[in-house]
Amino acid sequence: MAIKKFAVAAYDDEEVLFPAVKSVRRKGYKIHDVYTPFAVHGLDEAMGLKGTDLHIAGFIYGLCGTSTAVGFISWIFTSDWPINYGGKPHFALPAWIPITFELTVLFAAVGMTMTFCYLNQIMPGVKKHVFHPRQSDDLFVMAIEIGKHGNEKEVADFLKTTGAKEVNIQVAEAGWWYGRWDKKEPYELAAG
Amino acid sequence: MHIKYESFVREPLVDGDKTYHQVSEDIIGPIERKPGRMWYVGFFFSLLLLGYGIFSVSWAVYWGLGTWGVNRTVGWGWDITNFVWWIGIGHAGTLISAILLLFRQGWRTGVNRAAEAMTIFAVMCAGQFPIFHMGRVWDGFWVLPLPNTRGTLWPNFDSPLLWDVFAISTYFTVSLLFWYTGLIPDFTLIRDRAKTKTRKMLYGLASFGWTGTAKSWQRMEALALVLAGLSTPLVLSVHTIVSFDFATSVIPGWHTTIFPPYFVAGAVFSGFAMVNTLLVITRRILHLEEYITIGHLEAMNKVIVLTGSIVGVAYLTELFISWYSQSWGEMAAFQWRIMGPYWWSYWAMMTCNVVSPQLFWFKKLRRNVPFTFVMSIVVNIGMWFERFVIIVTSLYRDWIPSSWTYYSPTWPEVGFYLGTFGLFFTCYFLFAKYFPVVAVHEIKFILKTSGDNYKRGMQKIEDQSTEDFLHVVHTHHEADHHEEAAHH
Repeated sequence: MAIKKFAVAAYDDEEVLFPAVKSVRRKGYKIHDVYTPFAVHGLDEAMGLKGTDLHIAGFIYGLCGTSTAVGFISWIFTSDWPINYGGKPHFALPAWIPITFELTVLFAAVGMTMTFCYLNQIMPGVKKHVFHPRQSDDLFVMAIEIGKHGNEKEVADFLKTTGAKEVNIQVAEAGWWYGRWDKKEPYELAAG
Repeated sequence: MHIKYESFVREPLVDGDKTYHQVSEDIIGPIERKPGRMWYVGFFFSLLLLGYGIFSVSWAVYWGLGTWGVNRTVGWGWDITNFVWWIGIGHAGTLISAILLLFRQGWRTGVNRAAEAMTIFAVMCAGQFPIFHMGRVWDGFWVLPLPNTRGTLWPNFDSPLLWDVFAISTYFTVSLLFWYTGLIPDFTLIRDRAKTKTRKMLYGLASFGWTGTAKSWQRMEALALVLAGLSTPLVLSVHTIVSFDFATSVIPGWHTTIFPPYFVAGAVFSGFAMVNTLLVITRRILHLEEYITIGHLEAMNKVIVLTGSIVGVAYLTELFISWYSQSWGEMAAFQWRIMGPYWWSYWAMMTCNVVSPQLFWFKKLRRNVPFTFVMSIVVNIGMWFERFVIIVTSLYRDWIPSSWTYYSPTWPEVGFYLGTFGLFFTCYFLFAKYFPVVAVHEIKFILKTSGDNYKRGMQKIEDQSTEDFLHVVHTHHEADHHEEAAHH
């Protein structure tokens, strides 16, 4: 929990957003984040974000699924409780392919989705500050953190030159917290 | 600089003059308004069917499976027919959401949300049948590999019936995750627009606190791509395994290696038909004709004629192989299918699945909405008969003529089937009212390349000569390079 001050600019076109992100970074301001209503390709690169390793996590989860299935079934059928099914071998690997495949997929998908939620810090009941109510509709919103010695007016004036439709200063919680979306937080009430 | 140009050969995926905001209004609007009278009538009727289904199932559970028409010769009747039918229907949703994503088919964005919902509801319906076919349903958990006091007796991992348990539960889970992660940004949109407190609270919960940061979108795309990559072999495996239920047996008519591809093609065939049935009605009632266009319906009709033809080839191959094998059991099984007491089911299947879909070779018919609707129902009837033919007409005359029989369903079996329609449509009506039936964020993603108004704006690029166009692209690239260099 940390309440900080932000300069917020809202753009109505991704074609304007890209040069704006570039010029803000060139100026040396710290972009807290950019909020968009849909996946804007290339925005992560423009902001200087690294690629995600989520798929590698998925691969590892998948391997866990594979080894769980093969290990568990072979232990059961060769050591824990071997049963003779019509004279078939106890270690019947080809017959286990379907279940092994299904568990690989299941572990990979469930593991990845949970990792996805953890990394994004999302869960039912989690609340985060929404800088603009239309950031999920048709606006592309850039929030710039203003440090202790930052000059909010200077940042806001600069943002106005980048083609933003709206620029304002907000005091907001930077992280996430548990809460109800129909209730306002104390800091929001204080800001009016 | 990215030029949003797409060939004019491709028709627009979103009709009309849409802005990002208009897309939100059109798709979220119906959720915020009170539903029309048709919705209440439909929803009530579905609940009624569901109630009748619950009654029929309770009857069978209380009195035992002797209340069903199945007997010692025909052990699998309507129940397993309906199971295979429903699970097949589910396949179209995954095909649209996963396989078409990998193939970069833009048109999936208009229909994927509803198709995936259909998948989930269809799998829920399918799952009921094997569960209640167990008879002593309270012992149903025996299929799970749980440590127990029966000596620790484990399930048989070599059996296709157990593979089914794993395949279907995995399929349901993965489809649900894929569907829900895609829904999160759209729930966020409803939450941020919400005017009433209850709506804000509930959609706030459902949105998981999503805000749409650049990093989260990057992860979302990575997740969607990998889930699509996982779902693609998964969906093929599910119906393959369902076909193993039959193919690994030694019953004439079931014991064939053609079953996996033949079942998968049939599943996609019936699933696309069900998507058409639902979307023709949904687009009209919710006024989404500009998002689910005639072009979308035509694309699905093309898949129907393709998969219908594959199924047709499979039917003929089966006949040929039964003759080629010169095994009297095989030959007799197929002869009785065509000319025996169940001839009507075979010919219903042939007409509905092989003959009538061929009409979709005509473009006029593919783009005709009422015709599409009628055909979608015909195909689903045909595919139901296919499962009935495979199951019942392979069983009713077995190896001992004295046990030959004729099977017809009893009312609890029919009631069970009707009840799953109730379950399916109850879920679908709730979905259509409370969920965005078209993926809003995905439509916005393709809007500037495939939206009608934006495509019209590209006319000047279309009119350019290729050389001029390349020149423009080249200078853009150069400019970008200079800028980057200056930055460093």
